[in-house]
This record gives sequence, C-alpha cells and structure tokens, in this order.
Amino acid sequence: MALPQVAARPADPGPAGPVRRRRRSWGGWRFVGPFMLVFALVFLAPIGYSIYLSLFRNRLIGGNSFVGLDNYTQALQDSQFWAAFGRVALFLVVQVPIMLFLALLVALAIDSGRLYGKAFFRVAIFLPYAVPAVVATLMWGFMYGSQFGLVGNINDALHVSLPDPLGASLVLTSIGNIVTWEFVGYNMLIFYSALRVVPSSLYESAEIDGAGQFRIITAIKLPAIRGALVIATIFSVIGSFQLFNEPAILRPLARNVLTTGYTPNMYAYSLSFSGQQYNYAATVAIIMGVITMIIAYVVQLRGTREI
Amino acid sequence: MTTAVRSSARTQKAAPGATRRPYRRNKRRSLTLTLLTALVAIYSLIPLVWLVINATKTQQGLLNSFGLWFADGQFALWDNIQQTLTYDNGVFVRWLGNTVLYVAVGAGGATALATVAGYGLAKFDFVGRRGVFAVVIGAVAVPGTALAVPTFLMFSKMGITNTPWSVIIPSLVSPFGLYLMWSFSASAIPDEMLEAARIDGAGEFRTFFRICVPLLAPGIVTVLLFSMVATWNNYFLPLIMLKDPQWYPLTIGLNSWNDQAATAGSQAVFNLVITGSLLTILPLLTAFLILQRYWQSGLAAGGVKE
Amino acid sequence: MSKFLKVAAAATAAMLALAACGGGNDDQTTGSSAGSAAGSEADVTAALAKGGSLTVWAWDTTIKDVVTGFEKKYPNVKINLVNAGTGDKQYTALQNAVAAGNGVPDVAQIEYYAVLQFALAKSLANISGYGASGLKSDFTPGPWNAVTPNGGVYGLPLDSGPMALFYNKEVFDKYGISVPATWTEYVEAARKLHKANPKVYITGDTGDAGFTTSMIWQAGGKPFTTDGTNVTINLADPGSSKYATTWQPMITEKLVASIPPWTDQWFKALGDGTIASLPTGAWMPSNLVSGAAAASGKWRVAPMPQWDAGSNASAENGGSSLGVLDKSANKALAYAFVKYASADEGKDIRIKGGAFPSTTADLSSSTFLSTPFPYFGGQKANEVFAKSAQSVVPGWSYLPFQVYANSIFNDTAGKAYVSSTTLADGLKAWQEQSAKYGTEQGFTVK
Repeated sequence: MALPQVAARPADPGPAGPVRRRRRSWGGWRFVGPFMLVFALVFLAPIGYSIYLSLFRNRLIGGNSFVGLDNYTQALQDSQFWAAFGRVALFLVVQVPIMLFLALLVALAIDSGRLYGKAFFRVAIFLPYAVPAVVATLMWGFMYGSQFGLVGNINDALHVSLPDPLGASLVLTSIGNIVTWEFVGYNMLIFYSALRVVPSSLYESAEIDGAGQFRIITAIKLPAIRGALVIATIFSVIGSFQLFNEPAILRPLARNVLTTGYTPNMYAYSLSFSGQQYNYAATVAIIMGVITMIIAYVVQLRGTREI
Repeated sequence: MTTAVRSSARTQKAAPGATRRPYRRNKRRSLTLTLLTALVAIYSLIPLVWLVINATKTQQGLLNSFGLWFADGQFALWDNIQQTLTYDNGVFVRWLGNTVLYVAVGAGGATALATVAGYGLAKFDFVGRRGVFAVVIGAVAVPGTALAVPTFLMFSKMGITNTPWSVIIPSLVSPFGLYLMWSFSASAIPDEMLEAARIDGAGEFRTFFRICVPLLAPGIVTVLLFSMVATWNNYFLPLIMLKDPQWYPLTIGLNSWNDQAATAGSQAVFNLVITGSLLTILPLLTAFLILQRYWQSGLAAGGVKE
Repeated sequence: MSKFLKVAAAATAAMLALAACGGGNDDQTTGSSAGSAAGSEADVTAALAKGGSLTVWAWDTTIKDVVTGFEKKYPNVKINLVNAGTGDKQYTALQNAVAAGNGVPDVAQIEYYAVLQFALAKSLANISGYGASGLKSDFTPGPWNAVTPNGGVYGLPLDSGPMALFYNKEVFDKYGISVPATWTEYVEAARKLHKANPKVYITGDTGDAGFTTSMIWQAGGKPFTTDGTNVTINLADPGSSKYATTWQPMITEKLVASIPPWTDQWFKALGDGTIASLPTGAWMPSNLVSGAAAASGKWRVAPMPQWDAGSNASAENGGSSLGVLDKSANKALAYAFVKYASADEGKDIRIKGGAFPSTTADLSSSTFLSTPFPYFGGQKANEVFAKSAQSVVPGWSYLPFQVYANSIFNDTAGKAYVSSTTLADGLKAWQEQSAKYGTEQGFTVK
C-alpha cells in the first residue's frame, strides 16, 4: 500500500548517518502489540466468527446445519440487498462530494485570512461533530415534521406546502442533510489543519510571480492537502457504506419509506435481530465489507497516484 | 517538499509569530466571503439553537408552539433540567456517570494504545509492519453489524455482556487515532534524538516515556479528544450489549425516553429528551472549546500531511 | 497487498479454529410439540418458603408496584426488575440472551402476539403443572387463548385490549358527525369530516401490523393457522379481503392523517382535534391522559363499528402476559410471582395503576364497571370495554414467527400507504415475505 511508504520518507535524509532505523525484526511489536491484541479481539475474532457463521444456517425448526456457500449465493441474488446497496452507493456518490466540497470551501475560506472572526467560524462549524448521531437525528427529526415540526410551522406561516422531507422521494436527501451537517465541520478541520502546514515560502514566491488567489489555490493549496483529501474521502466512503444510525433512528417517523432493509447495515441488523437469521446477516455484512474494502482501496490508489 | 515542510514545522515551533505567513498582514478582509461562510455557520448552528430554545418548553409547550421560538411566557429551562436530573430516581445522572466512565477508560485507553502503537509503526521497522495498517484499515471497512452479533456472542461466552467491559473493550481500538499518531510520531520525533538516546543506553520504553511523549503531546490530546467524541456518542454497540438501564450511556438512555411514549400506560417525556440532549452535548462542547489550542496544532503538525 | 492477504489469511485461520471450538448458537429448538409441563403446585409453595431472587424483564409501568407488593408479602424473595426495552426491543434482547445461553431472566413480559413464537422456540416454560391450567375461568377468552397454544400454558395474562372506538365528541358535534355503527358508516363519516375541514381527519393510520391484524380479527378473518410445523398464511381470506376493500378508500381518498403514531406529533394531533377518533384497545385511556391532556373531557368511548350491521363482534388489540423462561433456574418461584402479578393481589395493584384487566371477575364487578373517567367527561367507559371483551371473535391465532412478520409489515403492506399499491396487494406482499421466512426457518408453509 502506498501509505506506509509515504510515512517512511520523512526519515530519509537524516544527517546523523546511515542507520536511520533499528534493524530489529520484532522490537516494534512491543509497542504495537497491545493495540493489535485488543484489535484482534475486537475486530479479527468477530470477523473470523462471522465468516464461520456465514457458512451455516440455523433455523427455528431444524437447528444448525452447514450449508457451505449457499448463503452467499442467496445474498448475491437477493433483490432487497442490492436495492439497499444501490441506495448507499447513490448516497455515496452524491453526499460525499457535496460534503467534502463544502468542507473544502470553508477550509479555504478560513485559511485565506480574509474572514472576519475566523476563530468563531472554525468552532461554530465544527460543533455539530460533537453532537451524538442520536441527538442530531432526533433534532432534525423534530424539525422535519411536516405537521407540527419546523416544516409544518413554515407551511402554516407562509401558506405553502413544502414537500415532505420524510416522504419517499426526499428521505434519502434528508438523511444526507443530517450526515452532511454532522461531518462537514470535522472534514473542514482536517483540511484546514493540512492547509496550515503549507510553508509560507511557497505563497511568497507565488505572490512574487503575480499569481492570483485562484491560481494559488489550485497550484499550491490543493496539491498540498492531497493526503488529507484522500483520507477524508476514504473515511467518508466507508462511513457511507455503513450508513445505519441516522435512518434507523428516523425509522419510527417514516416506517413505510425507511424499510427494515433500507441500507445494507440496517438489513443485516434486522436479519440478525428481528429475524434471528444470524448466519445470513453475517453473509450480507461480509459481502458489504469486501465491497467497501475494494472501493476504499481504489480510492486510495487513485488519490495518491494522481499528480 | 517533505523536508521543507518538516523544517518549516520546526521553525514554526521555534519562533511562532515571526515566520508565519508575513504576507498575510496586508490581506484585505472580505465581507462577501464572511457572509457566505456565515451561511454555513448558521446551517451548523440552527439545530443547536433549536435545541436550546425548545429545552425551555414544557411537554405541553412543545406541542403548542412554533419550533424556532419560545413558547408564550414560558421559560421552563431550570424546571426541565431539574426534572431531567431527578426523573425515574435520577437515572439520568447515573447515565451521565456511566458515560464518563466509558469515556475515561475507553477513550483514555484508546489514546494510550494508539499512541504507543503509532510510535511503534513510525519508528521501528519490524516484521509485518506493512501489513498492520492494511489490516487495520481493512477491518474498519467491515460493517459494524457484521461484528455486532459475533462480538455479542463472543462476549456472552466470556460473560461480560451487560457489563461496562462490553462497551469499553471495543472502544479501545481507534484506527483513526492509530493513523494520526503514526503520522505525528513520524514527523515530530527526530530519529537523531532517538539515536542519541540509544547510544546513551536508555531502554526503549524509557526513551518513549521520557522523551517522545512530551513531544507527542498535541497529537495525544487530539486523539484523546476525538476518541472522547466517539465513545461519548457511541450508540450501536451499547444498544446490543447492554440490557440493564443502570448501565446505559446517555445516548441509549435518551433514546429509551424517546421510545417511552410508545407504550400503553406510560408517559410522554419529550421535553426531557430535549433537555437531556442539551445536557448531553454540553460537556463535549466545553472540552473542545477549552482545549482548542491543543487539538488544532495536533491536527496541523501531525495527522494530515500527504 | 499480498502481505495483507497473508496476514488476513493467518488471522482468519486462527480465528476460525478458535470459533470452531467455541461452537455456534446451535441450541435452538427442534420439533413442535408443547414442552412437557414440569413441576407441581407443591414445588411452588416450597419455593416461596425457601425464598431466593428473581430477575423480571417488564416495561409496563404498573409492574413496579406489583414487585413492591410481592416483596412485602414474601420478604425472603428479592426481585430485580429490569426494563430491557419496549415490545420488540425486549424480544430481541430476550432472543439474544437465549441464543447466548447467558443473561436470561426468570420472568418476562410477552405481548400476546409473541407468545406463540417464544413458546414454539421453547424459550417459555410450560407452567400448567404449577397449577396454571386451573386458572382458565379467571380470564377472558381472548387473552387466555393467546397464552395457551398447543395445549400448554405459557404465561398468565396481565392486561387485555378489547377494542373500542375512542372519539373526540367536541369535533364530532362541531361537524355534525354521528357515532358510526358500521365501518361503511365510518368511511362515510370520514369523508364528511374531511370535506368540512381538510385539516381534520377521522383517524390517523400509517400502517400498523397490530391494528391491521385486529381489524381482520374483528371482521372474522383467520389468516394465520398453525398446526405443529405446518403453517398457513392467507391474507386474502374473506375477513382480510373485507378489511382491505372497506379500508382502501380511507387511504386512496386521503381520509387518514399520515402522522406516525406514538410520536409527539401524534399526541399533539390527538390533543387539538386534528385526529378525531381512534379505534384501539382498552389500555388507551392512560396514554390519552398523559399525552393528550389538552383534550381532557372532550373524548368519549363507543363500541367498535361493525362489519355487518347489527352484529356484535370485537377483537383484541395488544395486551401482554407474563411468562416464565425455560432457562430460569428457579421456575417454581418465578411462577409464584407470575401468578401473584396476574391473578392474585398483583392484579388489583395494576388495575389501580391504570391497567385494563383481563380477569372475568374484575370485568364484571360493579365497582369496576361504574368507574367514571374524567377524561371522557365522566363516562363509565369500562362498561363499553367489558362488553367488548365478551364479544371478541373466537378462534384467532398468530404466527409462530409473528414478531418477525410484524417487523416487516411496513416494508410490505406499508407500501400501500405511500404508493399506488392497493391494500390488498400490500397484504399479499406481506403474506409472501412472511411465507418465505417461514419456509427458510423450516416450517411447511401453505
């Protein structure tokens, strides 16, 4: 993977001599070990157990039996699963760019030094990140109410009939709004912090060359934060595929539209807990995990290879 | 590029005010830009404003008033707060205590593990090094639901479901923290310093604690704060692991109050849900505001170079 | 990437080896016959004398006082009352605990529609041996039937929910609506009301499995039958079709408010007259009192509208039982608590707390019947409820996986509320998906 190599570079031109790292085979494990131990317990063991479960089927009548790859064949032909997958893919393709673009714009605006009260903006826009998804969804859920929520109030006050944010056509957008609201500040901060590290000498030379603001942004700032852009994109991609909290908490407000299998994670959840179909749920989750990993890897490759 | 960045980071540490973007002093402030950014800020703040305003309303007031303005003649904020804290034998305070416990041990532990591991990844070349980060990122890509039931079954067999451990142990792993500390260690700790310490005969752990940790302070605070947010806001895993309301964190507790109206013979307490939500977010917001300096420099100097 | 694969493969192999030793959740049920009744009445007396501790999972607010009463009567018994969630949230927790073999309570509150599922999965113990079977005449037929599938007794009834029509008299009078006696009249009244004021609806409905099944029940439908592992699902039978055709215009002509129930919006609507009536179970009054206080004094209770003019049929909607878990270590003591809560002093405590009883004695007692309800302007609503309890259509049963079926109701039948799908087609989709699940779980579904 490209990432480890990138981080390796800083140590290269050490003036102290050729031995830049201890050439020990196992020494690092004393430091990395504790983390990996808990990691193994919390991630690797359940993943392994999941894979194991996905090869079996446990029924109310008939008990447990080994079924090999039957669950996988069933999942790959499951229209509900692919509908859910399509939804989060659509969500991903629309919401992530909008959110990251907005975050980038704000980061650039704050970094440009041309704002009044930039410290206030930095904090204000970041605040939503500190709000738990439960609270955020409850708040937006109250506000989306088309009868008595804010939307309803606006309808009454202005005598209009705004489309129902929780209706079939808009609900995915409404969820996208909540997720954007929650994370735009967080991503903004990541970009801003990356921008802060760009050395001023570059800006000085650009000014001397007579470059305008726009040129400075495209030629200096954006390339400088490419790493941050890639990481933010990867985490957003993974987050989108795992969309669960917001639609699940909104569900009581729109049960007919937000089905139990609205997103793949919700599908796996309801399979496990309403249907007690742990094995099939494990299969669905593993397939989603593999797809997510592939796409995240592709994003990372493309992101760090482009010049 | 990287060398230049490193050296500029060093000079910035050495003389904070002097070399920092001197050209900026002459920049013109833009009202338009400020207004546009203000739009985004308003967007970010409106739900929070909504929360504060509606926390002043009683249950009846909630139902009868306009969402974004106060209910006539009502300012029940202190009443609501008092009710929130005492409802159901003060279970909210217990939830608050639980959340603090999970955050202190969970986020604290996660920071410690991520710091030590990040340092190890950055400064040591060991067998399997390349694979570690790949595995970590790969595991994060697997949906939480894949892990929820198997983790639950595993923890059941270990006998720790419905105890704080079932919530704390999973929060001890922070892949973002690992990445952050790895980058930060790579840039903030010069190899020459390590070499010097080794030549002097200091053991690895002594070196780490005495020399490296102080250098890593901004990064540590950053990871700590972000882990705190993650554990404070944890919802899905505690939902499955905990059955006893005595062990609920605030998020689950609030949601159970929200659900409470939906049963025969029970009581709608939406005003408590709203006030409770307000009380839930205050500690984190305060922590972030107070510790701004640290995490901003932490993110800057460490996590996000290319 | 190959390094990653190697590491991942090694980890997986190791974990698989570990997991294989640990085993999966293969303790699930086989077979279909009712669990044989264990224990005897003597065991119960002995258990009470010995004392001990019990864990009870219940969300009903009246149970707290019942626990206090029980502990006072039997000081050597300690009860740990846990609210593990409402309805299906608790069922999930219960199923998880049973699957893990760990953390299973002694007693749990189980709504009537879920009893069959837990009984069949052998999660609930057959308590007929402890003397439960002798209690049949204490309870009204609807609840008793629900707790006695396949000849065993799997819980004792707590409350019941015979249906009635709750309506806002003030709104009805304002628009000149008379209380409908049949469902056809109800639909007509809906049209009249909505025409007079488009912001007012005769009722709210966004698709609710409990409501739909109760309506079909009242209409004489029997869509679910279970015989061992043979299950039939027919949501197009006469009763179901009657419901689907009669109710369809309510949806098509937008005569029902699309406010999700049990939300603050819903309570607001009940309080200010936006929703003018509710056909629901007899447990509703306390919810109206606490959630829609603004309309106190304006509502009244009437018998349910009928499917056929002149008949007198009713159905149950909701209500729960208390069951003993098969994995309980102290079933006799658990049964003692269940009996106390359901049939002995506990029931009086609960009635005082606002629960609607399921016991025939209470339902015919004159004090009970003559209780005035301030919320209903002093009306003696219990008379209506009691009569409804006696007219419940017999012979109804739920599916052995009703919890699951209800969870996917909105995914399938719910489509009728948000698209051009008809209610009949929606029910068909519900039937198909439920049947699919049943077959996957090993039942023979027709």
